[in-house]
Amino acid sequence: MTASAAQPLLSVRDLRIVFDGRHGPLTALDGVSFDIAPGEILGMVGESGAGKSLTGTAVIGLLEPPGRIAGGEIHLAGQRIDNLPAEQMRRLRGRRIGAIFQDPLTSLHPLLKVGDQLVETILTHLPVSRAEARKRALDLLKEVGIPAAETRIDHFPHQFSGGMRQRVVIALALCAEPSLIIADEPTTALDVSIQAQITTLLKRLCREHGTAIMLVTHDMGVIAETADRVAVMYAGRIVEIGPVEEVTRRPSHPYTAGLMASIPSVHVRHEHLNQIDGAMPRLNAIPPGCAFNPRCGRAEAFCRENKPGLPLSGHAAACHFPLKEAAHA
Amino acid sequence: MRDNVTTLTQDQAMPQPVMIETAPGDDIILDVAAACCRFDVSAPALSRLFSHEPRRILRAVENVSFTVKRGTTFSIVGESGCGKSTLARMVVGLQRPTEGKLSFRDIRRADGTIGPPRVQMIFQDPYASLNPRWRVGDIIAEPIRELKLRSDEAAVQQRVGDLLETVGLSRTDASRYPHAFSGGQRQRISIARALATEADFLVCDEPTSALDVSVQAQILNLMVRLQKEFGLTYLFISHNLSVVRHMSDDLAIMYLGRFVEAGPAEQVFTKPQHPYTRLLLDTIPDVERPNRERRPMSGEVPSPISPPAGCTFNPRCAQAANRCRVVRPELRKLGGVEVSCHFA
Ligand SMILES: Nc1ncnc2c1ncn2[C@@H]1O[C@H](COP(=O)(O)OP(=O)(O)OP(=O)(O)O)[C@@H](O)[C@H]1O
Ligand SMILES: Nc1ncnc2c1ncn2[C@@H]1O[C@H](COP(=O)(O)OP(=O)(O)OP(=O)(O)O)[C@@H](O)[C@H]1O
Ligand code: SF4
Ligand code: SF4
Ligand SMILES: [Mg+2]
Ligand SMILES: [Mg+2]
Repeated sequence: MTASAAQPLLSVRDLRIVFDGRHGPLTALDGVSFDIAPGEILGMVGESGAGKSLTGTAVIGLLEPPGRIAGGEIHLAGQRIDNLPAEQMRRLRGRRIGAIFQDPLTSLHPLLKVGDQLVETILTHLPVSRAEARKRALDLLKEVGIPAAETRIDHFPHQFSGGMRQRVVIALALCAEPSLIIADEPTTALDVSIQAQITTLLKRLCREHGTAIMLVTHDMGVIAETADRVAVMYAGRIVEIGPVEEVTRRPSHPYTAGLMASIPSVHVRHEHLNQIDGAMPRLNAIPPGCAFNPRCGRAEAFCRENKPGLPLSGHAAACHFPLKEAAHA
Repeated sequence: MRDNVTTLTQDQAMPQPVMIETAPGDDIILDVAAACCRFDVSAPALSRLFSHEPRRILRAVENVSFTVKRGTTFSIVGESGCGKSTLARMVVGLQRPTEGKLSFRDIRRADGTIGPPRVQMIFQDPYASLNPRWRVGDIIAEPIRELKLRSDEAAVQQRVGDLLETVGLSRTDASRYPHAFSGGQRQRISIARALATEADFLVCDEPTSALDVSVQAQILNLMVRLQKEFGLTYLFISHNLSVVRHMSDDLAIMYLGRFVEAGPAEQVFTKPQHPYTRLLLDTIPDVERPNRERRPMSGEVPSPISPPAGCTFNPRCAQAANRCRVVRPELRKLGGVEVSCHFA
């Protein structure tokens, strides 16, 4: 299936998330909009704490108080899902949306055998017998590369290594063949070889089943070879979005450019790594105008007063003085 | 004077470099001799009795020996499940070796005292290692109070604030609980706590895996600076080979519980000799080559419960010959690097 811009599988519009705190509400996500077409992988990168996981959590309806959606809409295959009753959302989750969380331990019950957790999840969502469910669980464990899966299926999570637990979580998310997968750092605990196996698996799901995937990761290499498009987040907003090759090769937002320059190379050894000096502002101290202005080498007075918007186009950056004219597709 | 070790603020006095007796890199701080760690993963004894199943022993770490020199970084790289964290846990004493010996040598500190190095670990899973009911400030202050590293409470708070800023968080974050932080922010909290101990030897298990590349660069630059100024020693575990290349003096490639290649990092990177090392370096994802079809390593991932006979890498090795399926290659020195392959 090819990506069709006409009918996105997931559509997020102007999403705003606030945390109600003792000192009033804090805006953690501010006007986030993006689409993912069937069979498309959208990569999400950005500063730690920028709101990537929050975006994913909101889509799967697991935002917990004091956090709440304060504005915007989320549509799945044309159906609005951000205001669904909890019970309906629960059924949607797992069946139509599969989630791979950043922290494998929160998704796994420590006292249940890995196989039993998979079997229960499969039985909840698919009309199959227990024996069939166990067979599928075993197949999934093999597919995510667990060695000696026949033996390992009856082990407890603590007997697995960090990366093996992460693969079990991936298997859990794939159980019911969902049409949308939110994958939050699915490959960080994995070595390059297993990582290649997982990204190949994700790509195959997209190609063969038209699955749409939101892939959050800090690994630019993984993004470059897996994602079709990439969104870069900073301080609760998308600051640049576009086709992967364009964004990684010709970043137009200064933050994206700094990010690309910080990647260590495996081909040479540097004395010192490039870094973007300073830190991302806290939610209660986001500067007026462009949130990146205190760390930006191109900032002018205009940036400190006017918040740049994100144009709706193929490759776009939320910046008054982009590095290059973003190519319009 | 280790007081302002990790403070970044300009107005404070620059920290005094430590006077290490011998030049850093000359003296051994950790000595691991033939360490093994095996887990019994058999089914319960009773059910084994009926099914006539044999005992199952998982060999997580097998016969690993190495030394780490003070003021250097020793990295361990290898497939998920090959035994890196288990080895790290043995080094910090959280896991008892089934066989073999791990020993730290006494070091001479800046103040002239001689004693065993202070060892601290940054865990792979930052969530599991932060107490959810404690405020971040108390999590970081605990080792400072416990080890009496500051004389009064005001100094403790000052130090906590400095550490938070060092890892790119803010002083006011001290009053919040771990759940209010993102994955990478939590990882930075556990780094701040590890730095708070003013350890001499840091075991870092995937310390930057949850960080974006720009924060990662800040943390890695900080670690390198601390090493230069205070002679810190790192045992470093990471799946990110670019990070490993940047950090390491020495490097060991681990496969199924054993070292298959070990030596000076530059040499291993530029002239890999073991077929597994070459495959690993070949599989790295590359920003410069988008949408490349990376070929995952072929062959069944072997299990540490029933490792293949001969060379444990033989089922996946393109060069494997008959001898490889029968005789296990021993580690032997080849031009400064230890390699275990019949044909290296
Ligand atoms: N319960 C909470 N109360 C207050 N702030 C919160 C809470 N939960 C999350 N936040 C804030 O929301 C912001 C976004 O967090 P999120 O987890 O989405 O970041 P992220 O982009 O996934 O980062 P990382 O790459 O580190 O995982 C962070 O600044 C975090 O501090
Ligand atoms: N408590 C335990 N009981 C049984 N087996 C264990 C236990 N702890 C670890 N193992 C096994 O030992 C092997 C090595 O695990 P370890 O956690 O050291 O791997 P690792 O190299 O750190 O992997 P990763 O990169 O995935 O974190 C794995 O097969 C794991 O399942
Ligand atoms: S709007 Fe101004 S401050 Fe913001 S990124 Fe662009 S140039 Fe920098
Ligand atoms: S000993 Fe044989 S099987 Fe093992 S790595 Fe060398 S060539 Fe390959
Ligand atoms: Mg996150
Ligand atoms: Mg590990």
